[in-house]
Amino acid sequence: MSEAIEAEQTFADKFPEEARIVRAALLGSFLALTLGAIFGIIQTLHRTGVFRGLIDSTDYYTSLTAHGVFLALSFTTFFLVGLFTWAVVRSLDRPLLNTKITWTWYGLMAAGMTMTGVSILAGFVDSIDMSADVLFTFYAPLQAHPMFYAGLAVFIVGSWIAGADYFRTWLAWKRENPDERIPLQTFMVLTTMAMWYIASSAVAASVLIFLLPWSLGLIDQVNPTLTRTLFWFFGHPVVYFWLMPAYLLWYTVLPKLAGGRLFSDPLARVVFVLFLLLSTPVGIHHQYLDPGIAEGFKFISMTNTMFLLLPSLLTAFTVVASVEYGARQRGGSGLLGWLTDLPWRDPAFTGMMLAGLMFAAGGFSGMVNAGMNINYMIHNTIWVPGHFHLTVGTAVALTFMAATYWLWPQITNKPIYSRTIGLVQVVVWFIGMALMSNAMHAQGILGVPRRTAEPEYSGFDYPTMFGGFEELNIQIAIGGTLLFVSTVLFIGNLVLTMGNPKVSGLGDPIPSALSGPDDSPKVLDNLRLWVGIALTLVVLAYALPLAAIIQRGGLLGPGVGTYPVWLAPLLDALANAAATLLGGIADASASLAEVVG
Amino acid sequence: MFLLGSVTYGAVGPGVAMVSDTEPTVDAGALDEDERFSEPRVEQVGEDEYAAYVVARQFGFQPDPIVVPANSTVTFYVTSADVIHGFEVAGTNANTMVVPGEVSEITVETDEPAEYGLICNEYCGAGHHVMEGKVNVVSQAEFESSGGDGE
Repeated sequence: MSEAIEAEQTFADKFPEEARIVRAALLGSFLALTLGAIFGIIQTLHRTGVFRGLIDSTDYYTSLTAHGVFLALSFTTFFLVGLFTWAVVRSLDRPLLNTKITWTWYGLMAAGMTMTGVSILAGFVDSIDMSADVLFTFYAPLQAHPMFYAGLAVFIVGSWIAGADYFRTWLAWKRENPDERIPLQTFMVLTTMAMWYIASSAVAASVLIFLLPWSLGLIDQVNPTLTRTLFWFFGHPVVYFWLMPAYLLWYTVLPKLAGGRLFSDPLARVVFVLFLLLSTPVGIHHQYLDPGIAEGFKFISMTNTMFLLLPSLLTAFTVVASVEYGARQRGGSGLLGWLTDLPWRDPAFTGMMLAGLMFAAGGFSGMVNAGMNINYMIHNTIWVPGHFHLTVGTAVALTFMAATYWLWPQITNKPIYSRTIGLVQVVVWFIGMALMSNAMHAQGILGVPRRTAEPEYSGFDYPTMFGGFEELNIQIAIGGTLLFVSTVLFIGNLVLTMGNPKVSGLGDPIPSALSGPDDSPKVLDNLRLWVGIALTLVVLAYALPLAAIIQRGGLLGPGVGTYPVWLAPLLDALANAAATLLGGIADASASLAEVVG
Repeated sequence: MFLLGSVTYGAVGPGVAMVSDTEPTVDAGALDEDERFSEPRVEQVGEDEYAAYVVARQFGFQPDPIVVPANSTVTFYVTSADVIHGFEVAGTNANTMVVPGEVSEITVETDEPAEYGLICNEYCGAGHHVMEGKVNVVSQAEFESSGGDGE
């Protein structure tokens, strides 16, 4: 009955005020995507040596910081809050409690990201004494301008209020519907936000207790191992924070696009509970190569990490089963013949399927990262960005773009300008990423480092495997260029869509799962229980390492200086490096003279 | 069971000793007064066993090149005088983070004489891309004739 009514109405018809908020969040997200893509193409061409005329190598790190912060934090999080607002309101079928609160968190997040963004971009302008070239990980004792840290804090507080908004709306719904199970999409939103509260508490503590006071000169020094560990406490679960909205779309929207419905609601709940439990107590796997952390703690972290494979494998099977069900509903048959009965001309469907396929590859390279011994080969090499451009750069980013082709009409009543351009766009992204990421993995095995303006060195050549360094550079440059073209197609298509007139009849409801919530144990909906267990696991995984780090180095570090990236000392250091380099060249020519002589 | 087995193998398998908390902390601002790091060097500590004391700073390594003898066991003790750096002997699994205040200890077995590139693989400031060095594995005879101090 309710489905029949929904069929006539889009989200924008039913909840116009909420639709406005979702649009605002998605537009913020796409602005960040545009900026991130511009820095991305500059870096691809600079790093590979194809074109280095646009920025100096010293400014490469300003660009890299902007690329990381705008894409990994801004693009992902703004899309997430937009999608989650849609998902909560749609699945509870009730408006938000108070949209003033909603606009407050949106305003805080936008203001915080603007502060951080300005502090980064000022790094390009020499006359402004402000810079934040500390990259997305901001490891102390490199120090950014205080506004960088302050903006991050404001942004995170905004996201916390967004979470509270979802929880309060759900509680209001619960009072109105005391005996009903939590609708699946709302369940996904609440578990993800619970995980986010746990994870972001550490980075908020790091910024507010240590980094911001330090950048303001209130404390003299910080403990670099401590702030680094607090970063990774947040830095690993944040990847699931990016991924969970993509999972939400794969579980609830993708099966519908395939022509069917979700296979199992209970299994989807189990997967989200597992991510809530296991996302956080694994961050030390980013620190296998850190001195000052005992081997035992690293081993515990690795074991936890391997268990995290479980929910992703469950997802692979459930989503593929749901898509197969859809294909068979459309008349598909045979062992694999049903694949031809899927709606491959739909950019939303094809984009999400390609994203999922690439996530499988990203999962495998992630397992390699997680193994301690192989990690020694690839740690901090370009293998690592090769890996996460498959996960966040494709599984997440391509899913978001593909889903937009379906979601945007629901929240605007405007049909997409060109579905053909959309289809070309998602396929170009897939090809570009396949080229770029594969070549990055291969260069990583050669030992080529990540995060450098000029990966070629004067003193040695890389060995040749799977094609040499230069050849792989060309693949990276072509791949990166295709990704930029794909982003331009996406943004262009969306801008043209905004010029379309509003029409009616775009409503497209989501059917309930084959195996519905009543088939799943009630305990799955006991959020208090799961949050309690999650906190216990975090304490078990982190209490001892953090205590040991503080005991070793002290709360404020064992005699470590301060290295602001925005002041004169940097220029001195560069001058020193140039002197060393010149000395090296002199030595080299002397030894050459000896050989010749 | 297979999962646990593969996890354990991953940790203790092919002879990689983890970078760990074995070394006490140092004062990164006072390496001049540190017995091991005031003069970065390679020294013999046993039969076919050598210790290399290496300092990473914006934007280079000391000593440079790091000269070590072939067919021996070399333990690198690496620290930083300023920010976080990386220490990666390119194309090998001799790879560690270098954190100011901490000393990273990694032990390698050298084979035949060869020259390796040494790179900083953690962003350390605007000149990060020029931070490189060399690890030269030389014959025992050549190592001794050079004075054996790793310079």
